[in-house]
Amino acid sequence: MLNDFFLLMKQELVLLLIIVLLLIIKVGKDWSNETMLNLINGLLLLNVISGFVMPVEGNLFGDMFKTNALISLEKSILNIGVLIISMQSYSWLKTHKHLSEFFILMLSTLLGMFYMISSGNLLMFYIGLELSSIPLAAMANFDLEKRKSSEAAFKFIISSAFSSGMLLFGISLIYGSTGSISFAEITNHISNEPLHIFAFVMLLAGFAFKISAVPFHLWTADVYEGAPVAVTSYLSVISKGAVLFVFVSVLYTVFKPIAEIWYNMLFILAVITILIGNLFAIRQNNFKRFLAFSSIAQVGFILVGITGSSQMGSASVVYFVLIYIFSNLGAFGVISLVSALTGKENISDYKSFYKTNPLLSWVLTIALFSLAGVPPTAGFFGKFFLLISGASQGNYILISIAALNMVISFYYYLRIVKAIFMDPNEQPIEKLSIPLISKLALFICLAGIVVLGLWSSVYECIYNLSSGF
Amino acid sequence: MNLNLLILLPLLTAIAIMFCNGLKQVRLAALLGSGLQLLLSFWLLYSFYQERAAGNSTQMLFDANYTWFTALNINYHIGIDGIALAMIILTSMVVISAVLVSWTMESMNKEFFFLLIFLSMGAYGFFISLDLFTMFFFLEVAVIPKFLLIGIWGSGKKEYSAMKLALMLMGGSALVFVGLSGMYFNSNIDGAHSFDLVQLASFRIPVDAQMIFFPFAFVGFGIFTALFPFHTWVPDGHSSAPTAASMFLAGISMKLGGYGCLRVATYLMPDAAHAYSGIIILLSTIAIIYGAFATMMQTDLKYINAYSSISHCGFVILGIGMLTETSITGAVMQMVSHGLMTALFFAAIGMIYSRTHTRIVAQLGGLMKVMPFISGVFIIAGLCSLGLPGFSGFVAEMTVFMGAWQNTDAMYRLATILACASIVVTAVYILRAAGKAVMGPITDDHYKHLPDATWNEKLAAGILISGIVVIGIVPFWLTSLITPGAQEIILQTGQALMLK
Repeated sequence: MLNDFFLLMKQELVLLLIIVLLLIIKVGKDWSNETMLNLINGLLLLNVISGFVMPVEGNLFGDMFKTNALISLEKSILNIGVLIISMQSYSWLKTHKHLSEFFILMLSTLLGMFYMISSGNLLMFYIGLELSSIPLAAMANFDLEKRKSSEAAFKFIISSAFSSGMLLFGISLIYGSTGSISFAEITNHISNEPLHIFAFVMLLAGFAFKISAVPFHLWTADVYEGAPVAVTSYLSVISKGAVLFVFVSVLYTVFKPIAEIWYNMLFILAVITILIGNLFAIRQNNFKRFLAFSSIAQVGFILVGITGSSQMGSASVVYFVLIYIFSNLGAFGVISLVSALTGKENISDYKSFYKTNPLLSWVLTIALFSLAGVPPTAGFFGKFFLLISGASQGNYILISIAALNMVISFYYYLRIVKAIFMDPNEQPIEKLSIPLISKLALFICLAGIVVLGLWSSVYECIYNLSSGF
Repeated sequence: MNLNLLILLPLLTAIAIMFCNGLKQVRLAALLGSGLQLLLSFWLLYSFYQERAAGNSTQMLFDANYTWFTALNINYHIGIDGIALAMIILTSMVVISAVLVSWTMESMNKEFFFLLIFLSMGAYGFFISLDLFTMFFFLEVAVIPKFLLIGIWGSGKKEYSAMKLALMLMGGSALVFVGLSGMYFNSNIDGAHSFDLVQLASFRIPVDAQMIFFPFAFVGFGIFTALFPFHTWVPDGHSSAPTAASMFLAGISMKLGGYGCLRVATYLMPDAAHAYSGIIILLSTIAIIYGAFATMMQTDLKYINAYSSISHCGFVILGIGMLTETSITGAVMQMVSHGLMTALFFAAIGMIYSRTHTRIVAQLGGLMKVMPFISGVFIIAGLCSLGLPGFSGFVAEMTVFMGAWQNTDAMYRLATILACASIVVTAVYILRAAGKAVMGPITDDHYKHLPDATWNEKLAAGILISGIVVIGIVPFWLTSLITPGAQEIILQTGQALMLK
């Protein structure tokens, strides 16, 4: 039993260990920021590696906590993302007073996400979700002297409290009508009854808030803009990715009996999410706001993939999130460097960026191409599989809309490429000296963008682990 | 013969260029790489004939199939028939002359040659693919470098043109994507869906699905080849692009579309191709005539060539739409011929522009007296464009008309006659432009001291001209390559007719 416990919860336990260790160091020692950062990066690397060791399948605590190969892979994907973010925030955190707190908060949210992904019942799911969102508000406020940052934190806490309220309402309705909070039990009782559907809509709204699908996206841009870049990237890839993982598994297992109903809901959500995300992304000048809207559009594409309701659908979502982590963090890596060293965050500041920083320009360009889905980057494969999985239901209207929206998204990604390479600028951003560790992080992103697509084993592996209808 | 070499060679060249320093090393690497491409493509031609002479009559030669994404039944499947081979040879000829023409590229030359070679990889990959996924992959590989090439090194309103071109081509590939996914999910090969071109051809997609997805695929590829009314990127894109990119765009890139229309849309969905042939012919006839008349109004040499490309590519679509063996052979010949001819034209315009700094016909004059070689090249390209016998243009267009005339339907005949008539218009604008710009008195004293072509420009022109002349004089070398492929396509559509 105890053996089981350690093996099954190993990823959570390792994370907990790191958090406790950081707390102890914070209390007892007064190490310099650079030592701390190196130590933390080392620990996070160990964390990533430990995730791949001995994945086991099983349940704990009366099926409240479950894990299997796919879940542990999903956790490892998030681990990788956190490691990259931590490496990228080197320049920003080097001088920050509350470095250990930042990581303690971040890892607590990650722990929450792990519980959420592993949850086998609604209670566990809710606790995990809350643990993953409340510390995030504190993180959003981490540029302590900036007003925008606290504004972002406030907006985030209010909107996430609101969405939690909706979720709880949905959960209580489900509990009231089915008499159970266990996922396995709910599946047996759920049907087309109006009450069930109403409860589902509430749950869906809660999820849509977390993944910022339109019309529940209004908090996204403001929070992304105000929060420090590291937190923005964390919000946009890790926290979104985790919720998406749960969303897919909940839809595909718990709400399987009402698949026809949520198919139509997702169809509408996907179309407006892509469309609104795209149209607003065109008009942005702040880079972080821009990426906020582009990430909304990306979620729309993921929703298209989810409508596939097959093994391919679930695999494509996990695969896309993996690729999305590398592509988006590639872009955020460059932005966080520029923001930390020069304070510039507008797209117009990036004009003629290529003249002074060719290396960073190429990384940013390739990352943007991957987000846009241009081959041979991995983003192409990710998008292709999402759309193909969406098409497997035979709904070609959805696919045509999504495919044409890809063209719109090309426009705004290319607009940035144009600024970097073509637009003249009297005072481009000066040549930046990149710390080694940030360089390494950018290199990892770049390698991920190139390798994950062309090397088919990655997709095959995810495909074999996932299950559909 | 391993076809992977065609992908590997440009890839390695591109990587080598990344590690070069200075213009001299970069251009040497690019020239070496593109030279090897040329050799490779002719070696491919040689081994192709060897195989055929040895009695190997399978449709696709040098077939190689590697599984890629097993879960979705996506394979990296490559192989060529005569049509693909003709396109590969065209690509290698245009690429090497594009490299030669940009020999003295000054700003950011490393990036320039890198993108150019990378583009050629996309084109080769597209032509050798026998799997729709691989094909789509390479089709999109060949779009984005064009955006950068035009936007960074172009002239005039380059950002606008680059964006327009990229978005329209991406729109085309979005339509192609819908077509592909439709074909994929309507296929059933041993209980599985497939992207494999050969399997799909023998499976025959259900007719009602064909009727839905043929327009997506055909229009999607059609955008690449300037199908009316989706041709508007052509004039802007071509005129803003730097010379080498114009050559590539008109010479190869537009052919990706033509090849796709033929190989994917028509070959895999023959029933729908028959059903929609009236519309295709109508659109292509409009493109031919509209393109020709629009060219008459142009004053800029690059615009002249761009609009005439719309008209000439109309013949390709017309040939495909007529659906006879001869007309399809003609369409492919027209692709090759137009590719060489238009690349030559753009090369000549680029040479003139780099010396006189103007492309406006009215400001030029008497160039024959100062730069006879360049002027000669310009005139040869022009004559080929207007279809003078002895050059490739005549043979190709003639074949299309012959094939088109085999359809006895009145409307088809009318379209053929109208298309034929457009040649007269072509003659008007070509002769007028040539007469004004090249012949006559020297209009500007500065022109008197301009140098003639350098060795690299001569070599570039020489390669393209030799192609044009060889096809013009011994067309059966090309037709013997293409006809079996065309027969295969007609076999498909012929069955479609019989099923009716």
